Amino acid sequence: MDLFLQQTVNAFALGGTYALLALGLAMVFSTMGLINFAHGELMTIAGYILMACGLAGVPFAFSILLAIAAAVLAAIVMERIAFRPVRNASGATMLVTSFAVSMILQVLFQNFISARSQAVLVPEILSESVRFGGLVIGVNKIAAIVTTIVMLIFLDRFMKHHRIGIAMRAAAEDFSVARLMGIRANTVIAGAFALSGFLAGVAAVLWVSQRASVDPLMGFTPVLKAFIAAILGGLGSLRGAVAGGFLLGFIEIYLAAYLPSGMQEFRDPIALCLVVLVLIFRPNGLIPSPALKAEKV
Amino acid sequence: MSALLTVQSLQVQYGAVNAVRGIDLEVREGEIIALLGANGAGKSSTLNALVGLAPASAGKITFKGQDVTGSAPERFASLGMTLSPEGRRVFGTLSVQENLLMGAYSMRDKGEIKTAWERVFDLFPILRERREQFAGTLSGGQQQMLAVGRALMSNPRLLLLDEPSLGLAPKIVEQVFELISVLRKQGVTLMVVEQNVSMALEIADRGYVMASGRIAASGTAAELRNSDTLQAAYLGAD
Ligand SMILES: Nc1ncnc2c1ncn2[C@@H]1O[C@H](COP(=O)(O)OP(=O)(O)OP(=O)(O)O)[C@@H](O)[C@H]1O
Ligand SMILES: [Mg+2]
Repeated sequence: MDLFLQQTVNAFALGGTYALLALGLAMVFSTMGLINFAHGELMTIAGYILMACGLAGVPFAFSILLAIAAAVLAAIVMERIAFRPVRNASGATMLVTSFAVSMILQVLFQNFISARSQAVLVPEILSESVRFGGLVIGVNKIAAIVTTIVMLIFLDRFMKHHRIGIAMRAAAEDFSVARLMGIRANTVIAGAFALSGFLAGVAAVLWVSQRASVDPLMGFTPVLKAFIAAILGGLGSLRGAVAGGFLLGFIEIYLAAYLPSGMQEFRDPIALCLVVLVLIFRPNGLIPSPALKAEKV
Repeated sequence: MSALLTVQSLQVQYGAVNAVRGIDLEVREGEIIALLGANGAGKSSTLNALVGLAPASAGKITFKGQDVTGSAPERFASLGMTLSPEGRRVFGTLSVQENLLMGAYSMRDKGEIKTAWERVFDLFPILRERREQFAGTLSGGQQQMLAVGRALMSNPRLLLLDEPSLGLAPKIVEQVFELISVLRKQGVTLMVVEQNVSMALEIADRGYVMASGRIAASGTAAELRNSDTLQAAYLGAD
């Protein structure tokens, strides 16, 4: 039972990070139809800022802010330079563009920083753990869960009550009509990128806090997982992205915990089979996006 | 009266399809204009081109004396020309209230928004009742009211309505036409695309009949009611 609870906490921590990343992907996809493969590089940028701040002796709390700000800025710049020119191009063109951005950034990291993994100075407290009855929970896990919850509440409020948030939802459902209302395409898309950068920055801080290192490909795996989560939840659906992120986190952690040791090497294929199974029964994901529904009616 | 909107030699092309092949239109302050024509005649393309949603490949659009050809769609709400598009297209996952709020997106002044709000709720009391409800859960007629209400939130001088009575029960259709007259009394100029030709010509001052992307006939509502071209445009062209 204790093991189960322990793993559940782990699943929430991992699933929460996937959820934040998937949410960022979903925001950009729902407003622009772009699957941003360079999302992972936003994470990596935030990771390198944490590393640099650690080396420069900047207090950790402050480096977190700088890392997140860097990810937001990078997302906005990315949109402005790389994605705005192909905004009305086909989905394939945008996809290839995002691949290119991702590759270019990876090569830049490899050549100008290092191809190898770099240590990041993380406060001691994050690697300590707290006892709750029979449970031993890492402080970093608690931080991840609390941060995820806070972020989800913040985003939910923003999308419900802020006029730009409402405009983003409107645009995700019907972009042309949203523009007719005077909602500027640039505002909505730049807003979606800024938020996705924010989420990637936060996810990067959580990710690095658990691993204390950063490398040029750091963002690749978590963002790949976040893609799977976003599709699992229903591509373009914000609630779906969160649901998919948590579900994938749970699948991975429980498989790691309960699969017999001889089968552990098949963990990822089994997880993906489960994902495919869900998609067979719900081809549009757990919570399909509203734009998809609008097209069908 | 002066021309509020002037359209000269407007053409709309989608790739190889010539949807609108050079039309001239004029809408004067305070008028109700009916834009008629068979399916595929190019009516929606015309309205969409007026607000920048469809690409105008040639021609000139002048609104309130300003050349607005090729302007982005987001500019028109604040200029005072709004389109309530074909098929209603309310934001189904937003509440009634949020839909209306989006309609007022171009306005900054809180007092102005409040006035617009009250006006829409006075016109459509049912929307006030359902303000918290998701727009997607409204009936077709209510969605149409919401679509018009949303377009009215920006206080347009010229309101373009694309088939506001499409798919509605006859009683609701009557309400829609009544609404158009009420709006005119409130000082809104209207251009209405309608399938319901006789009803449209009853409330309109003037009309244009499109066939295969061209204006096949135009004139006062009375003239059009008696004209053969009108029948020809519907029966002959497509
Ligand atoms: N987005 C588009 N891409 C390509 N062709 C289009 C597009 N929209 C309209 N068309 C074509 O342009 C022509 C005019 O269409 P339009 O929708 O303007 O007609 P309409 O008069 O509004 O018809 P309806 O009464 O059916 O609404 C049609 O042949 C239509 O198939
Ligand atoms: Mg039409």
